[in-house]
Amino acid sequence: MSQAVVDRLGTQFGERILGTSDAFGDHEVQVAPKDWVEVAQFMRDDAELRMDHFIDLTAIDYPERESARFDVTLTTRSSHTNARIRVRTHVKDGEEPNTLSGVWLGANWAEREVWDMFGIKFQGHPDMRRILMYEEFIGHPLRKDYPIDKTQPLVPYREVTDIDKLPPFGIEEGQPFARIDWEARLAGRDHQVSPSIGVQQGQRRTLSDSEAAQQIQARIDARMAQEAEASEPTEEGSGE
Amino acid sequence: MGELKVLGGGGEVAVTTRFSDLLQWARKWSLFQYPFVTACCGMEFMATAAPRYDIARFGAEAPRFSPRQSDVLWIVGTISQRQGPVVRRIWEQMADPKWVVAFGTCASCGGFYDNYTTIPGVDKVIPVDVYIPGCPPRPEAVLDALMLLQDKIQANDRKPIIVPPNHVVENAPGNAKETDS
Repeated sequence: MSQAVVDRLGTQFGERILGTSDAFGDHEVQVAPKDWVEVAQFMRDDAELRMDHFIDLTAIDYPERESARFDVTLTTRSSHTNARIRVRTHVKDGEEPNTLSGVWLGANWAEREVWDMFGIKFQGHPDMRRILMYEEFIGHPLRKDYPIDKTQPLVPYREVTDIDKLPPFGIEEGQPFARIDWEARLAGRDHQVSPSIGVQQGQRRTLSDSEAAQQIQARIDARMAQEAEASEPTEEGSGE
Repeated sequence: MGELKVLGGGGEVAVTTRFSDLLQWARKWSLFQYPFVTACCGMEFMATAAPRYDIARFGAEAPRFSPRQSDVLWIVGTISQRQGPVVRRIWEQMADPKWVVAFGTCASCGGFYDNYTTIPGVDKVIPVDVYIPGCPPRPEAVLDALMLLQDKIQANDRKPIIVPPNHVVENAPGNAKETDS
């Protein structure tokens, strides 16, 4: 079914379809940004295709790619034929593709999310504002060069000194902590970036699963030893 | 209620205590709550409020959705950076004396949301009296927290406290480990 859509687009647009793929049964065509709206409009209005269901529009960041940094992808479906297709276009940093909000209303918020998360603006969009983050936020957090745990608080943080949070609130809890090389971070060698980017930029070495587990176990052991040492005198006192 | 003295005998009885003790006693059994529910912990909060666990037994059954009428602010769930000013404003609107409970791991320390979206613990924005660990906590832990809070109110103690883990399963009848002695 979806292959028919690819074929139809191929006959209609010819050379302007830059590439197709059907990996894992997901049919995809690639177009240039200048054809972006025209292809979408055709898919919606064509009597054979009738792609009336806008599913999603999002972007992917490839910071290492020099020709065009971002991929913008559109997923759409026909409720008549149940065909589903993904359209992809390469967008340079700062380039502004045309908006699809005139084709499908649902694209309005999806494009706002892409602007918010990736910093890709859409030409002709009626309301190009952030949708998830607050207006005071600087940067676009899903760009891979945004440090994942860099926060921008709206309210200045209180100094919390009157409580010592022990496990289960310690650093052992939660998923992303496990792969962070804490020794390096505390020593200032590993900056506040996500572990994978830290590896890419050479700021930290890769930790294998067993190494990460060893680090965590060592910290737990050290803390337990510390606590046992601290609680020993009181135990003697209460025993007497 | 602290020190109680019974005076007299026969038909007439007088009881003495300190006024502050009486006041704290009255406060701890009449907690009007403001549930600030943002995430999945809310389901456990509802379970705690429903008849099976019945938070009404502790005099805390009445939710007030105006901060001006409430005594306890329950922060139930993840607090995003964008909600920070809102939480702060709600807390500022509450009349003294007021208490705050951080319900669940996200409200206590941010949980696994170690990123740009989330405040790592609501105590970064407002002072917290009782922390409840768990993702989400069981209703028993919530009731433990409420009783801890009542003890704190009675003692006029504002030092923050974490609900300790309770090995319910091990101690439950039928689950107790058999010992030789």
